[in-house]
Amino acid sequence: MSRIIDKTAAELAADIREGRLTSVEVTTAFLDRIDAVDGTLNAFLHVDREGALATAAEVDAAVAAGQELGPLAGVPIAVKDVVVTKGLPTTAASKMLEGWIPPYDATITERLKAAKMPILGKTNMDEFAMGSSTEYSAFGKTLNPWDNGRIPGGSGGGSASAVAAKMAPLAIGTDTGGSIRQPGAVTGTFGAKPTYGSNSRYGLIAFSSSLDTPGPVSRNALDGALLHEVISGYDPRDSTAIDAPVPPVVAAAKAGATGDLSGVKLGIVKEFAEGTDAAEPGVIAAYEAGVEQLVKLGAEIVEVSCPSFTYALPTYYLIAPSEASSNLARYDGVRYGLRSGDDGERGLEEVMSLTREAGFGPEVKRRIILGTYALSAGYVDAFYGKAQLVRTLIKQDFEKAFEQVDAIISPTTPFIAFKFGERTGDPYQMYLADLYTIPTNLYGGPGVSVPVGLSEGMPVGLQVMGPVMGDDITYRVAAALESTQETLLADTAPEIEGK
Amino acid sequence: MTQQIDGSQARRSGLNDYDKAVETYEPVLGLETHIELDTRTKMFCGCSTTFGAEPNTQTCPVCLALPGALPVANKAAIEATIKIGLALNCHIAEWTRFARKNYFYPDMPKNFQTSQYEEPLCENGYVDVVVDGKEYRVEIERVHLEEDTGKTLHVGGATGRIHGATESLVDYNRAGIPLVEIVTKPVPGTGALAPEVAKAYTAELRDIVRSLGVSDVRMEQGSLRCDVNLSLNLPGEEWGTRTETKNVNSLRSVERAVRYEVRRQSALLDAGERIFQETRHFQETTGETRAGRSKEEATDYRYFPEPDLAVMEPSREWVEELRATLPELPRKRRERLQAEWSLGDKEMQSVVNADAVDLIQATVDAGTTPSGAVKWWLGELSRRANESGEELAALAITPKQVAELQGMVDDGRLNDKLARQVIDGVLAGEGDPADVAAKRGLEVVSDTGALEVAVEEAIAANPAVADKIRGGTHAAAGVLIGAVMKATKGQADAGTVRKIILDKLS
Repeated sequence: MSRIIDKTAAELAADIREGRLTSVEVTTAFLDRIDAVDGTLNAFLHVDREGALATAAEVDAAVAAGQELGPLAGVPIAVKDVVVTKGLPTTAASKMLEGWIPPYDATITERLKAAKMPILGKTNMDEFAMGSSTEYSAFGKTLNPWDNGRIPGGSGGGSASAVAAKMAPLAIGTDTGGSIRQPGAVTGTFGAKPTYGSNSRYGLIAFSSSLDTPGPVSRNALDGALLHEVISGYDPRDSTAIDAPVPPVVAAAKAGATGDLSGVKLGIVKEFAEGTDAAEPGVIAAYEAGVEQLVKLGAEIVEVSCPSFTYALPTYYLIAPSEASSNLARYDGVRYGLRSGDDGERGLEEVMSLTREAGFGPEVKRRIILGTYALSAGYVDAFYGKAQLVRTLIKQDFEKAFEQVDAIISPTTPFIAFKFGERTGDPYQMYLADLYTIPTNLYGGPGVSVPVGLSEGMPVGLQVMGPVMGDDITYRVAAALESTQETLLADTAPEIEGK
Repeated sequence: MTQQIDGSQARRSGLNDYDKAVETYEPVLGLETHIELDTRTKMFCGCSTTFGAEPNTQTCPVCLALPGALPVANKAAIEATIKIGLALNCHIAEWTRFARKNYFYPDMPKNFQTSQYEEPLCENGYVDVVVDGKEYRVEIERVHLEEDTGKTLHVGGATGRIHGATESLVDYNRAGIPLVEIVTKPVPGTGALAPEVAKAYTAELRDIVRSLGVSDVRMEQGSLRCDVNLSLNLPGEEWGTRTETKNVNSLRSVERAVRYEVRRQSALLDAGERIFQETRHFQETTGETRAGRSKEEATDYRYFPEPDLAVMEPSREWVEELRATLPELPRKRRERLQAEWSLGDKEMQSVVNADAVDLIQATVDAGTTPSGAVKWWLGELSRRANESGEELAALAITPKQVAELQGMVDDGRLNDKLARQVIDGVLAGEGDPADVAAKRGLEVVSDTGALEVAVEEAIAANPAVADKIRGGTHAAAGVLIGAVMKATKGQADAGTVRKIILDKLS
């Protein structure tokens, strides 16, 4: 590999630390790549060349001064536009927040800054992280680098596309029902949803508070683990944060890379296997070939039963919209963001109403209405209340399964990247994309997606789910699977034609 | 749709005479009280809670509900709420959590209020109050913790109300200040005394919270706010439909609001009309309650557990530690003070009813006798407060000034009549009693030379009276004293004058 942009984050960090490359060279290479191909892909909503290069120059000065640097110092990163960045536009891909410049940093942003990682810009997504295709961005769709007629997944399609097209070696995503893992699977990149509460949500624009989890997007497990350790850890500003040491994910990724999984028990969920009619045969085939590889590395496959998983999708589509309907109530045009219809004649309530009518896109409105309904008097017990009960059952299924196995594996998503427009007409068909990823969100445990092969020339992902605060095992299994691939799948993406 | 009922219906039916109303109907009370805690920081962020700061200077991403901001519960507020619960004899929950109350309002930044719903911090307590020598137990249903809203200011209109305003300005300094809501169970059986019981309960609650030092509980600043629920029923029948009257912001208003609702509702019931469950607003100026928009009744708050905050599990050890820190509560304190002040039960009850315990205590602390302090606060000053329709504590005279006044009486520098004129001056803002006496020339004439001249003149002008006194009829001295007082414009000490007269004529 000759180009800077082909290197992994771990390699770039070592090159910068050891003086073979400067951070300015590295950062410039990625900024130039963005200039070259993002006109086609539209992965970025905002690029901060100046800010990124300023941080890079600081790192280079620190290297020259012989200062001790963090493990990813100088390695640039893209940040999903749902994470608040002080002084940089943050929109959650919604017209509602167009032009809003946050006066504060998310905890994750602070940690990236403290780690001296140049922030390249903000990536596209489905509006307020609601969607599986990035088609619901208010600022245009993002294309899949593997096939520009296909979706890059969602909601974090921008981050996945940016990493797959080598516009960034690393990116931040957020995962509420699969928004890191499903884009990872369909773009041939690695994505991890950490344990809920292990990564701070402070400064993450809320979709569903009890499910949202920020995490790393990268080209391989080790890079993901390095980023995971930079952003993870207790934050007193997030009341749902877990006050416990960060699982040793970097060590686990390194251990996995040796290709030894002997003694590791991997569960396969009986109910997922029975419900594979939702999954495409090509996806199943690539996944099963991956399972064979894991067995060859010494893993033992055990069938586990998680009967409540059958209800995961409807449970999710009651809880997430319920919380969203309340979380999104603050967008009313009174304090910030869009204000519509304020002509001096109309009253407050009417202006609030017109603002929400104009500012939210169709999927966001659908979910607000769904959630409002699920919480209303007379329905709350049957819908929101019942969903919470099922959520407890799903947690219990996981806990029981983890008494028998170290991790659970499945395909990440039932189908390869679909074509634009293919599923926007039928919300349920869109929601099915998260069939395998949603249970982990409801449980709160970690899940990663690692590229496992191709189907119809498009990437397929394998998901590894672990117990709460057992993020390390998911990285170990993912890294082990990567060790069986001669070339990383992420490195085989077709070259992009710049515009 | 609920039928719109407002003042027009009440006007059509009129108001009943209060005494007649309570002869026919039995009132059932319910009280919801909001108390702003005086924690240093807000409920879910680190912003200051100081009252009266420049608008929007005490805000941050959390209390402005900027995208991405998250709440962290204020431990001091939880502690204060538990203390209130303990002082109200409540059970403190082993497991409790916050809930979101969803509704749109521009001065509520998140468009939901973080409150508590099915799992309040404290439940099932009581407060005992004494009215007319009888004890009433007001049972407490729940004490829960929530956050206050901001304040909206409508400008450009003539009335400061939303109608006719050209702009609405919002101040978020108050948004997120911890608020404790205390809800009673329905209180039946108070009969004609319902207004007094409501007032006594509110006063007692205020005193309890004040004694805990967790709020300044100043109704005029809105740090204690009341909603009054009231229904009427015929004896032996089921409780009637209740109305909830908001905006009741003084002890006197609590009493008036109950009284008004009894009169209004009984008139409707007499006319065969039904009472609608609705929110009404108390009008401070007229003493009426007025119906709010019927739309408010349709609000569905869509409560659900707050997913951004962890469940709270107050340990029993912590609760017991807090219980051990509780100060002497008002009832105990009153018993102690009654003994210290040597007051009878009736007299002490009058002190309590006049809301004068703290005032008298402060006056005694400022160096006067309990009887002197009681005399002024229950006598002249209560009369003035009644006249002006104010709370006793709102009078423009401080306990220290009352102590100074009584001190001047004790020294013989003022008599009671002059002291009352000094009060006029203090209330008019002319300064402390000594200043007022000096400025108005109200000191007792203690120059005996001047008095002797006045007495001589009085004797000369009333020879027949003087003879009577010489003959041993000392009671006749009153006529001469009166003449001297008149001549000295009341500034003589009556006792001294009498002594001079008797010395001269016997």
